[in-house]
This record gives sequence, C-alpha cells and structure tokens, in this order.
Amino acid sequence: MIAELGHFALVLAFAIAIAQTVLSFWGARALDVRLMDMGRTAAVTQFLFFGMGFAFLTMAYVGSDFSVKNVWENSHSTQPLLYKFTSVWGNHEGSMLLWVVILSLFGALVAVFGNNVPASLRALVVSVQGLITSVFALFLLITSNPFIRLDPAPIEGQDLNPILQDLGLAIHPPMLYLGYVGFSVAFSFAIAALIDGRIDAAWARWVRPWTLIAWIFLTLGIAMGSYWAYYELGWGGWWFWDPVENASFMPWLAGTALLHSAIVMEKRDALKVWTILLAILTFSLSLLGAFLVRSGILTSVHSFASDPERGLFILMILFGFIGGALTLFAWRGPQLSQGGLFQPISREGALVFNNLFISAATIAVLTGTLYPLALEAINGSKISVGAPFFNITFGPLMVPLLIAIPFGPLMTWKRGDLLAVAQRLMFVFGLVIVVTIAFVAFHDGGPVLAPIGIGLSVWLIAGSMVDLWERSKLGKVPIGTSVARLTGLPRSVWGTTFGHMGMGVALLGIVYVSAFEIETVLVMKPGETTQIAGFDVKYNGIREESGPNYSQAIGTFVISIDGQQRTILEPAKRIYQARQVPTTEAARYGSPSELYISIGDFQKDKGIVVRIYYKPLIQFIWIGCIFMAFGGAISLTDRRLRVGAPKRARAKRAVAG
Amino acid sequence: MTRKQKRLSMIVAAGMVLALAVGLILWALNDQIVFFNSPSDITEQKVKVGQRIRLGGLVEDDSIIRGEGTTIVFSVTDNANSIKVSYTGILPDLFREGQGVVTEGALQADGVFLADTVLAKHDENYMPREVADILKEKGYWQGDKTK
Repeated sequence: MIAELGHFALVLAFAIAIAQTVLSFWGARALDVRLMDMGRTAAVTQFLFFGMGFAFLTMAYVGSDFSVKNVWENSHSTQPLLYKFTSVWGNHEGSMLLWVVILSLFGALVAVFGNNVPASLRALVVSVQGLITSVFALFLLITSNPFIRLDPAPIEGQDLNPILQDLGLAIHPPMLYLGYVGFSVAFSFAIAALIDGRIDAAWARWVRPWTLIAWIFLTLGIAMGSYWAYYELGWGGWWFWDPVENASFMPWLAGTALLHSAIVMEKRDALKVWTILLAILTFSLSLLGAFLVRSGILTSVHSFASDPERGLFILMILFGFIGGALTLFAWRGPQLSQGGLFQPISREGALVFNNLFISAATIAVLTGTLYPLALEAINGSKISVGAPFFNITFGPLMVPLLIAIPFGPLMTWKRGDLLAVAQRLMFVFGLVIVVTIAFVAFHDGGPVLAPIGIGLSVWLIAGSMVDLWERSKLGKVPIGTSVARLTGLPRSVWGTTFGHMGMGVALLGIVYVSAFEIETVLVMKPGETTQIAGFDVKYNGIREESGPNYSQAIGTFVISIDGQQRTILEPAKRIYQARQVPTTEAARYGSPSELYISIGDFQKDKGIVVRIYYKPLIQFIWIGCIFMAFGGAISLTDRRLRVGAPKRARAKRAVAG
Repeated sequence: MTRKQKRLSMIVAAGMVLALAVGLILWALNDQIVFFNSPSDITEQKVKVGQRIRLGGLVEDDSIIRGEGTTIVFSVTDNANSIKVSYTGILPDLFREGQGVVTEGALQADGVFLADTVLAKHDENYMPREVADILKEKGYWQGDKTK
C-alpha cells in the first residue's frame, strides 16, 4: 500500500505543479489576485505532496519493504537505522526524488515568505519554479520511478553500496542539493524579471537572500563532500578535479560571482543585465551538473548506474531551460533599462574585477570538464583532463583575484583611491613580507611557490580584517566604544570579513598540505615501528571483529612522540556481507594537522601493507569553508534584507504601477 | 573619462582577462591532457615509451601478484591483448580480477606499464565507459549484465 500511496502522491504533486505554473502565470499577466493566491496555495500543496511521497519512500526503507524494487536494490534488513534512512537518497531514483522535493520546497518558500516582492513578480517566480518542478517530476515519474514493485517480493535486500554507509551520506547530498537546487530561485527571479520587462535595484535585494541561502548550503555541501572523500576512500585526497566535483564547483563559482554582482546592482543600479545573465547561468550550471552525474557520460567515481534514456531526457531538460532562458534573455535583455557606468577604480570596479576573474576561472573549469566529451564526439579520441590541467589554468586565474580581495571592501563606491587603500594595507603587506621571510628562514625544503602561497593566505586573512579594525578604531578610542562600534556595524560587513577570511584559511590549508604532506607506503610486521613527521608508529597486529552487517580486520597502531604514547589508531578493512564488497576505514589523529593511516593487502609473512600520510594543516581547508558559510549566514541576517528598504521600494512600485 | 571611454575600458579589461584564460587553457590542453588507450594500442605500438596515458581494460584472471611487498603486479586485458601493469601502493577496494579498471601512468622500455594511479570506483556494478567501449570494439561486451 505504502508504495502505491507514494506513487499516487507524486502524480498528484506533479499535477498540482502544473496548475501552479499555469495559474500563477495567468494571474501575474492578468493581475488577478485570486489566481495568484491559488498559485501560491498550489506551490505549498505540491510541496506537501512531494514531501508525502518522500515520507512514504522513507517508510518503505525503514520498514525494509523489499517488494519495492528501489528498496530491494539499496537496502538490507541488517543495516543500522540511520543508513536505512540515508539509503533513501543513496541511489539515482531516491536522490532524484530528494532533488524534486527540494525544488518544490523552494517554490513553497517563495510563495510563503516572498512578502516583500511585488505580487505579480512573485507570481511569475512561483510559476517558473512550478515549471522547473513539474519537468523534473515528469522525469522522475517516467524514467526513475522509485515506487516500482517486485513480484514475488524478495526476502532480503541487496544492501546499500558499502562506501555510502557513512554519516557523510546523511549530510553531503541534502546540503549539496539545497545549494544546487536553491539557485533555481535566482533563475526563476531572472526569468520573471525578463518576462516582466522591468528590473531595478530592488530586484537584486529580493534575490540576494535566496542566492545566499543556496550558496551557503553549496559551500557546506562541497566541503562535506571533500571531507567525506578524504576520510572514506582511504586515499587521503580531498579534491580530485573529478568531473562530478567540477559539476558542483562550477555553480559555486558562478554563484559566488552572482552574490558579488548583485551587490553592485543593489547599491549602484548597475551591472543589471549581467547579473540577470549570471543568475541564469548559475542554475544552468547546476542543471549541467545533474546531467553529467546522471547520464553516465563521464567516467567518474560518482556516476550512478547509467541509462541512456535518462541521459537523453535530462539533456532535453537542459537544452529546454538553458536555451529557453537565453533566448528570452536575448529578446528581452536589450529592452531592460541599462544601468549606470562607473569609474574602474571604485568598489564597483573591484566587484567587476571579481566577476571577470571568477567567470574566466569558471570557463577554464568548464572547458576542462567538457573538452574530453567534445573531442570524442569530433574525432573519437579518448582523453582525460586531470589535475595538472586545472592546476595551471584555474590556479593562475585565481591569484590576481586573491590578491585583489583585501582591496575590494576598502574601496569607496563611485570613485575609489587605489593609493589610499594601498596605504591602509601597508601594515598587512609588511606582515606578509615578515611571515614569508620567516617561513623561508625556518622551514627547510618544500616547493618554491609554497612561501608565496603562505604569504598570500596571510594577506587574505589579515587583509580581510583591516576594514573591521579601522571601523572599530581599536586603540584610538576607549575599548567599550570600539566594541560598540563593532557590534553596531552592518552584519554584511561582518559577513564579508568572515567570507574573505575563510578563503584565506582554506588557502593556507591547501598550500600547506599540497606542499608539505608526507606519504609513505610500506610493509609492516607486528611489532615493527616506523617514523613519519616526528611520530613513531608501531604496528601491533590485527584482530577480527564483526559489525551489524559487515566483518572487519582491524590493525592496531600505537602512535607516540619522543617515547610518549599519544593515541592508538585502528584503521580497518571491512567486508560487507550482502554484497561481499570490501571497504577501507582510515584512522586519523591530530588537529589541524593529521596523521592518516589506512591498511591494504595482507602479506604472506604476516606483514601488512600500510599507507601513512602526514597531512599538515589539512583541516584548515574545511574550517575555511565553514568560515565562508558562516560569513554568508551573518550576511543573511543583515538588516537591509529584512526590513526598511524593500518596503519603500514596494510603495514606489505601487505608485508607479 | 567619458561614458564611451568607460565602456571601452570595461570591454578591454574583460577581453584581456578572457584572452589570458583562453591562452592558459590552450597551453594546458596542449600539454596536460592524457590519452586513453587499450592494451591492444600498446601491443600495436601506438603508444610511446614514457608517454603518460590512461590504460583501461579488464583485470585479467589469475594475473594479480599481491602479498609480496608494496608493489602489485597484474595484467590489464581487452581480451585480445594484455599488458602487465606494476603499481606501488594500496589498490582501491573494488579492484578485482575480471573487473574493469582504469590506470594512469607510462609504458616502460621493458614493456611493463608503470601505473601511479589506479582509479577507484564507488560502485561494484559500475563499468568505466571507456572500458566498455574498448570491450565493445573487441566484440566482448555482453551488455549491462548487472541491470
């Protein structure tokens, strides 16, 4: 019964989504409040029904109902309860359902909370959101129905892919989807503005919170994915420039550019057409990501079992939305009121600088990701584009941007003074020189570029704080006044500081671990000791244990420094019973630098292959990302996004309309 | 600056950054891409010694020599030809005989392929597309048995 109810809920939700699309659009064009209200109600109702479908699938999983094919394929009765929950989206059908649920969630949120947006514009946004949802719901129902039954029902399931049986699966995909899919709101706003034919500074203010929410989740989702891959795969890598990683990274880059260009639009009523285009492109890149992951067209560690029918369907969705949006843009864009121009040396200029370099970097990543596909289509040769390509294209394009970051927030609007800003950054520059020289003097070896990278990180971290430092007048006024000044600052200033600082912290981790990590692979016998990065690692042997749905061999390693025991690390190799698939469970010690041990093959002479890494400052990479997301969250609470200004704009609009 | 000059300076700046990006991309594409080859390509001497490539195929049955130190030797086959591969390190969990595999490295003068990377898979049912294509070419592809 549960599966049929779930299926029915999805069909119903699909129908309501179509109603939402049509009613809202009609209402917006006819300026009929009742139709628009019906559209909004439809948006909320369809979310409830999609949510219901999702809940029914979850019930089937938790109840281990193996008569449902999807459950049979991806679950097992011995799985711990948490993994029965997460198995729901640990497969193509379920994750697609999650994608649609989140799409409809955002549609409902706009319908409920978009009160400061003019009614007709909001109705158009809800309509476009409904259109996106219904297309993906159709895809789900036709090609990827998670509720298909099996007859006769199998007694036992095939278990979830063991590598996914981890807490990471509970966090990474939902976060990532909230980000990916969240950009659909910015897209819908852009389309709505193009249909409406009007955009002004207020538009940027309405879109900003939605873009920020998506960006925050995408930042956390990517960071979590990187961390998960790092500890789960046993390879110690945190970023592989894998096509599917790029697929999530490109919307992040474009979204970051969008956040910055929207500021110019909001404050200076400039860059309007460009901002609209960015909003379209950001979600287009999300769609491209969905296509790359689900069509099986790329060789990647993330691919779902592929099916040409699905790939073709998503390709059609991709072309439909991107093509439609860009056509609309080409048609309506020139009619939109052009924004003002400004001096190149100004805050606006700095933000354009940001946009230029992020766009260029996005193009580089896009080219590297799609080039193998294009080449194969043209002359059939198979190539792969790996990390070296991205390091020498993406890297150099990021450097000017990173150098420029501390300048941006110190520039004044309209007409900046580069020399004056440089003077204010003199102290930070001095600090960078001192740190870099000290580093070269006290740190032996490592690549030549390492001190430069570390200097750049210091530049970013310290440079980001200059604005706060100056505004607080710390040391010039009584400490109480300074604190009062700081707490009285607009939240967005804090957000900027944390965001940029996070970038610096992450960069420090990236530079450090790339330049100074130590890796060793060796055979160890029980009782043997090896040294790495000042640690003594003693192997004590192996023991067998069994978990709920796996058996494992655990190696015991005693970690000590100067004869003092610090901890015992127990990396393991697991065999999952249902699929007879092995996984590697690495063990780690230390913070923010980590010692990382994973074990491999058993030797004939009781030895074991051991891989030991020392990863200096690696945790800074993810801590930096958390800083960035935190900065975004603070920005989100900024006063101007909640009260005051939007109301004035609405009043003005009402008079104008 | 006049309005026209401002607009022009924006376009010039954008053009310069774009040119920089394109230049870097072209340079990198010339230098940093890795071709994908089958064991037959190597036997037919289409691959130069020392050239960095990806070698894909099936791990040949009974070819894995493991448990003797950190270096593992196995053969990659497309069922027409097979090439001996040497790899030092820990293999991915799903590395098995009879399974599709993609390795990256270079051919040595003695005919052994020295791999520094063996690509991990997340899913035991998943066959790298390139490997599937190679097998199709040689007429050994039996479709997605696992579906």
